[in-house]
Amino acid sequence: MRANPAEYEFAVPDSMRGVLSLLARDPGEWLPIAGGTDLMVQYSAGSLHARKLVSIWNLPELRRIEVSAEEVQIGASCTYTDLRAHEVVNRDFTLLASAASWTGGIANQNRGTIGGNIVNASPAADSLPALLVYGAELLVVSVRGERRVPYRTFHIDYRKTQLEPDELIRAVCLPRRFSEYYAQARKVGARNAQAIAKVCLAALGRLEDGLVADLRLAMGSVAPVPLRLTETEHIVKGRPIEPTLVRLARMAVVSEIRPIDDMRSTARYRAAVAANLVAEFLEQLAAGGTKT
Amino acid sequence: MNEFPPQREKSEIILRVNGKFVAVRAHGMERLLDVLRDDLGLTGTKEGCGEGECGACAILLDGVLVNSCLIPAFQANGADLVTIEGLAADGRLQLLQQTFLEFGGTQCGICTPGMIMAAFHLLSKKPQPTREEIREGLSGNLCRCTGYAQIFEAVAEAGRRGGTT
Amino acid sequence: MTKQRIVGTSVPRLEGRDKVTGQARYVDDMVLPGMIYGATVRSHIPRGKIKRISFGPGIDWSKFAIVTPTDIPGKNCIALIEDDQPCLADGVVNQPEEAILLLAHPDRHLLPKAVEAVSVEYDPLPAIFTMEESEQRSQIIWGADNVFKSYLIEKGDVDPLWQDADFIVEGEYRTGAQEQLYIETNGMIASFDAQQGLTVWGSLQCPYYVHKALMKLCDLSADRVRVVQLETGGAFGGKEEYPSMIAGHAGLLAMKSGKPVKIIYDRLEDMTATTKRHPSRTRHRTAVSKDGRILGGEIEFTIDGGAYETLSPVVLSRGAIHSGGPYYWPNVRIRAKAVATNAPPQGAFRGFGAPQSLFALERHMDRVAQVVGLSPVEIRRRNFLKPGETTITGQTVREEIDVGKLLDRALELSNYEAKKEKFARHNPQSARKRGIGLAAFLHGAGFTGAGERYLSSVVGVEASTDGSVRVLVSSTEFGQGTKTVLCQIAAEALGLRYEDVEIAQPDTQEVPNSGPTVASRTIMVVGKLVQSAAMGIKQTLMAGGLLGESYSPEEFRAVCRSYVAQHGKFRSLARYEQPDDMVWDEEKYRGSAYAAFAWAIYVAEVTVDLTTYNVLVNDFVALQEVGRVLHPVLAKGQIIGGVAQAIGFALYEKVVWEKGRMQNGQMTNYIMPTSADLPTIRVYFEELGNVHGAFGAKGIGELPMDGPAPAIVNAIEAALGVPFNSIPLLPEDIFDALDEKVGPESKFSSARGEP
Repeated sequence: MRANPAEYEFAVPDSMRGVLSLLARDPGEWLPIAGGTDLMVQYSAGSLHARKLVSIWNLPELRRIEVSAEEVQIGASCTYTDLRAHEVVNRDFTLLASAASWTGGIANQNRGTIGGNIVNASPAADSLPALLVYGAELLVVSVRGERRVPYRTFHIDYRKTQLEPDELIRAVCLPRRFSEYYAQARKVGARNAQAIAKVCLAALGRLEDGLVADLRLAMGSVAPVPLRLTETEHIVKGRPIEPTLVRLARMAVVSEIRPIDDMRSTARYRAAVAANLVAEFLEQLAAGGTKT
Repeated sequence: MNEFPPQREKSEIILRVNGKFVAVRAHGMERLLDVLRDDLGLTGTKEGCGEGECGACAILLDGVLVNSCLIPAFQANGADLVTIEGLAADGRLQLLQQTFLEFGGTQCGICTPGMIMAAFHLLSKKPQPTREEIREGLSGNLCRCTGYAQIFEAVAEAGRRGGTT
Repeated sequence: MTKQRIVGTSVPRLEGRDKVTGQARYVDDMVLPGMIYGATVRSHIPRGKIKRISFGPGIDWSKFAIVTPTDIPGKNCIALIEDDQPCLADGVVNQPEEAILLLAHPDRHLLPKAVEAVSVEYDPLPAIFTMEESEQRSQIIWGADNVFKSYLIEKGDVDPLWQDADFIVEGEYRTGAQEQLYIETNGMIASFDAQQGLTVWGSLQCPYYVHKALMKLCDLSADRVRVVQLETGGAFGGKEEYPSMIAGHAGLLAMKSGKPVKIIYDRLEDMTATTKRHPSRTRHRTAVSKDGRILGGEIEFTIDGGAYETLSPVVLSRGAIHSGGPYYWPNVRIRAKAVATNAPPQGAFRGFGAPQSLFALERHMDRVAQVVGLSPVEIRRRNFLKPGETTITGQTVREEIDVGKLLDRALELSNYEAKKEKFARHNPQSARKRGIGLAAFLHGAGFTGAGERYLSSVVGVEASTDGSVRVLVSSTEFGQGTKTVLCQIAAEALGLRYEDVEIAQPDTQEVPNSGPTVASRTIMVVGKLVQSAAMGIKQTLMAGGLLGESYSPEEFRAVCRSYVAQHGKFRSLARYEQPDDMVWDEEKYRGSAYAAFAWAIYVAEVTVDLTTYNVLVNDFVALQEVGRVLHPVLAKGQIIGGVAQAIGFALYEKVVWEKGRMQNGQMTNYIMPTSADLPTIRVYFEELGNVHGAFGAKGIGELPMDGPAPAIVNAIEAALGVPFNSIPLLPEDIFDALDEKVGPESKFSSARGEP
């Protein structure tokens, strides 16, 4: 443990208003902490720069999951366990439910939150590709009001997001239009449990009259931010899936992603596996893959 | 809910630990693991990695399995905690403790408290877990000695004999 | 022979109850009044002269105890085989993370910042990081030639073979460093008192190693150093020699500050600064007849020892002696050497050189099979040692071991032939390639050659006032079952119940030196001494006419109680005696290397997923002949745990080095297998007995580490048709090899089995 607890201030406001006032009052000084599964690791390693932490763990409005006909609104402090336990998430948003089940062990799933995962903005995060393909929108709040942000614009660069210093993510909104899609989530890590992704894929596809009517692909760990593979999607959409197209799709994937060599893996490996995962998805979609 | 004014003094944290109410003076950002071990003298909960990977520090917080090395004390204020010391009752071993002994589920013992807490939590949700469910329930607890097999046998047997009694 | 009532049954683990209730006390659970906390300032460069040390601003240094080399009362070294490793860098550093100075303070939270605030200026020197650089000798970093130790082992005459051999098979094989990753990190508490001397309590395997090192470092006589082992949360060799260093540090701080000092490493410090398994490189050149018999060969075995000698000569020795495996080599020349590099010294890790040389050998045997045109099974079968034949050191196999029959049983248990055939049919159409592979090996238990005689271990069994009996050994419990099995042995020898026997906590003030808890010697060698010492108690009571030929446990206790009441507590001691038939030539490295070998055949079944290049071990059969199983649950636990670690060694555990420093020193980034990565490991034993071991037991603690890696890589080659000769073998390596094999044009696509 390389941090000195005596150097830290903390606050536990009992309302959202309290949290937001604090963030507005001293912008950039207070770091919101939810379940702590990312921040406390940094803290223990002695690499947490913030010295003031404000808890958003126990605010009921951030722990709700609200279901309407059009969308599911997931409170930012909902844990992976909350996601896995929710009937609609399990049935209609399998990519997110799968990602939640792959994030750490049970103890970390009980504390890790979807909002924390987004704000921590690791390109390797398991849930974020799922949010990209589901076309998520974020409800972002501050004392200045609330705004709705398309998630695909949220990540600006490596661990940099659109979030202003006085803002908080209140909820993640997922439009309910993908339940009839063929969905596949794949995570490739160094081992079968408790692993950071070397590559991960969230994929949705729909065939109509033998042609790809819609294709939505997103990957983690292949770029500085979670990446939507728009070029690959573009090449595939409107065409029938056959070996030539799959080969083209592979090439598109490899040219679209920007993987690196790091401690965990190599760029070559990531590129190869990314291409393999997409090829596998397309082949299974073509083989009559029904909603999983 | 209470509000602590921003401060660098220690503040009072109230906890229920293994059924007993205690008040501790601690810095808000002390790890709950250290509050248990250093302030309360409950050294049964162990540190193996300090990064939430090994599960040696696992306890129940409000009935939920958590890694106590990742919980700041100020977020545990008012919580109901169960640690390994709270499982045996009146000198009688809890069922899991019994089966761990019978099946070789403990070798060096350092992962054992966290492992038993994780198993206890699993059995409270799934009284008759399949091997796959045991594996998933304990996937956040690393053991370097046993290769897991005899741990899983112990958990399965505890399930067969009556779960979390 | 009387049937045994206790030995051979799975009695409850002696200290188990404390472990499952959280009562067991490990070093970080212990607190002494007035205790302060220590931390270590370490080097950031791999090699250089220390120019200046400055203590930065923002810290009240007056409140810290500070220890530098000038505070060392004795010799600035951690005494082991040589005295070359300084306790604190003596003006020069030879590795990253070398200890430079020590700090202590009552508030443990102030230490990390204080450590950061000490700045060290260096005149850097050129550093070397690989065995090859060390061999080139462009930089001499240790001794005259960078070589800690070398051995030459010769049998018969190799040179004439090459001319007429039908086949000459060559190969080079490598293994990487491996971190022991005990879940409890290194820790120590020290307390010094001018009267009593220095006491240390800690997580350790060998109390007397620490004792010897502290005497020299602190210039204290034997009776003024006391070492107490506390409950130890895993060791695997990683706490064989390193604890002497951390005990030295805590001891010096205690002496300087006048307060008890606790040092506990966090995971990052433990991983980056302490010992790991020696990386190795083995080169084989083997002359083989056309019917697949080994005519002879040359084996070059080289290990990377890091910056200081520590135990490298012994790791080298064991690795070299095991490099011929369970086969008959009529002629062989083995050149073994341990070389220095600018990295933290490598050290003991379960297997201790044998996993490295046996990986090479068992991969090489598959290669030999291919060249000769025989199956992996057949090539081995034709070369197994038979009773009456001699090993590579010229030791005659005296037991009636039939390794061929062991092989047959392993093949049957694993369904080897049927699976091999099924996979050959199935693989061409699948993107998930399956393979099955095997490894045959042996592991010598106890210290090599004259080692046990040199150790001259002493064991005590003491009769207590309440009539119970107490075992006194310096052998430590760290999960492998020392306490349980030694008490079983004593109880059996004395005709008592398991509950009638206690064992003293290893404390150098209390227990004799039964040798270090290493080398798979505890049950076999120390256990046999416990048997003798226990018999000594019985003989004393019988000689006094107090005990008849047969008696009940209650009668024994009553007699013991009254004897002790009359004469006081008495101890029966037993000292190791080398068996007469164990003759060893230390110079020529020939003769009886070990009192007993355990023999094994392991079979691994794997699936390689060509989408992800991940390897999954689907099934594993571990069959071994171990003399005698004294405790079925513990024995099985040792094998499963060892196989799991070896699967990590083969497929997952990579130390990422950069200029001699481990870059992935966190559990997130150093990948050990979880339960989701392990198959059901099926364990089977055979028992031939062992006259040199307690109740016929042979050592088994390290055996399971030797076989899995080559069996797995053999299986992967079977699955993919591509040889791999280096571990850890990661998916990235498999991808690179397959991609290269296929060629640049068909980038990535054909690797998945498409045309």
